[in-house]
Amino acid sequence: MIVKTVVSIIAYLVLAPLLGGLLAGLERKLSAKMQRRVGPPVLQPFYDVFKLFEKEKMAPTRFQDFYVLVFVVFVIASGVIFFAGGDLLLVIFTLTIATAFLVVAAYSSNSPYAETGAERELLAMMAYEPMVLLTAIGFYMYHGSFNVRDILGSDSMCFLPMIGIFIGWIFILTLKFRKSPFDLSMSHHAHQELVRGLTTEFVGRTMGLIELSHWYENVVLLGFVFLFFANGTAWGWVLGIVVAIVAYFVEVFIDNTFARMKWQFAFKSSWIIAVVLGMVNVFVLYLCF
Amino acid sequence: MSAYVTKSPWVVHYDGSSCNGCDIEVLACLTPMYDVERFGIINCGNPKHADVFLVTGSVNEQNKGIVKQIYEQMPEPKVVVAIGICACSGGIFKDCYNVLGGVDQVIPVDAYVPGCAARPEAIIDAVVKGLGVLQAKREAMLNKVEKVEEVEEVVEDAVEEPAEEVAEEVKSEGGEE
Repeated sequence: MIVKTVVSIIAYLVLAPLLGGLLAGLERKLSAKMQRRVGPPVLQPFYDVFKLFEKEKMAPTRFQDFYVLVFVVFVIASGVIFFAGGDLLLVIFTLTIATAFLVVAAYSSNSPYAETGAERELLAMMAYEPMVLLTAIGFYMYHGSFNVRDILGSDSMCFLPMIGIFIGWIFILTLKFRKSPFDLSMSHHAHQELVRGLTTEFVGRTMGLIELSHWYENVVLLGFVFLFFANGTAWGWVLGIVVAIVAYFVEVFIDNTFARMKWQFAFKSSWIIAVVLGMVNVFVLYLCF
Repeated sequence: MSAYVTKSPWVVHYDGSSCNGCDIEVLACLTPMYDVERFGIINCGNPKHADVFLVTGSVNEQNKGIVKQIYEQMPEPKVVVAIGICACSGGIFKDCYNVLGGVDQVIPVDAYVPGCAARPEAIIDAVVKGLGVLQAKREAMLNKVEKVEEVEEVVEDAVEEPAEEVAEEVKSEGGEE
């Protein structure tokens, strides 16, 4: 039991950045193909991060890098809890604290671009947080436990009874991944009105760490998608992994086909989705289980 | 080993006082036709993330501070590419009362792309030439760090040795007395 947990934690720590970086590379390749370009090599995100680590150190305040470090630690910690089979609520709140520290890091720079990006990140958090909580509640209603270990050990698949929550989760993944139409706080693409928003003032190694922790974070978020399909059998695992990867590329597709919306739309739409799909689904689960 | 900075040179573009001819050619490099992203080049629009500074147009009293500031905000290693004859030497505006001349009047320039307007092929070629400079600067950075460490060691040795010598001298003197 303990050995299994330790192995999965180490596998997460080693494999998550590799998988996340590879997905980011494939994402850029797919985006390029959608725009009829050749696109960068698949390993380009790794080159980018290695390059960022080669750059000169520079920071507007000496506190900024500390806050970013806390962000990185909490992001990795949330994944460790998830892959150790821990409590889903703890995973969610650890991720929230991590993002809060990223926001504080952006505020500490005193740059107008970073500050506006930080404000928008707070709005985005307010938009997606209800649906994230409802997802955890849904898992509890169906499986009777918040623990990832119990959900994985269950013998029934919760995808169909939780279809509303699943759609809601896919919807807020756009916010979580910071993809268009909800890339309010920072864009992965060049030239926007906020320069680089939240990450404007992060230079070199600091920026590299943020990229790296985004890869960790993405793997955890896709892990949630996987949980909808886990039913203790091998084909449940295969289906879960396939759907998680498909979900990532659906987000890339949405990213490439939508323009950015205002924060009001992001806020309203995700709360409406949370209430209509999330709450109703939780109520149905309450009646049936 | 080649530095990773040559595999992902991010670009920031500033229009000094260009007529937009060269700017359009710079942006043409990003289009599917030329697609510089296949070399890992991204127009990031943020000097703090950029490795290559593309300047179009001549420098004048109004924008010389801005050009300097963008250059100073970029972390090392960095290169500057002057695009178009105006950025290289001031071009036909060279003798204007308000024009200082090319970009090299204000910041060090590593590659020049003459032309009016500069061709996208020439711009890409200049950026690729700039990669060699980036590589050299990265190596210089590494050597500098090593040199600083060496210097520190030498200084430490120089400080320690006399102290011991002095101590021994004092001892021997004390012994004589």
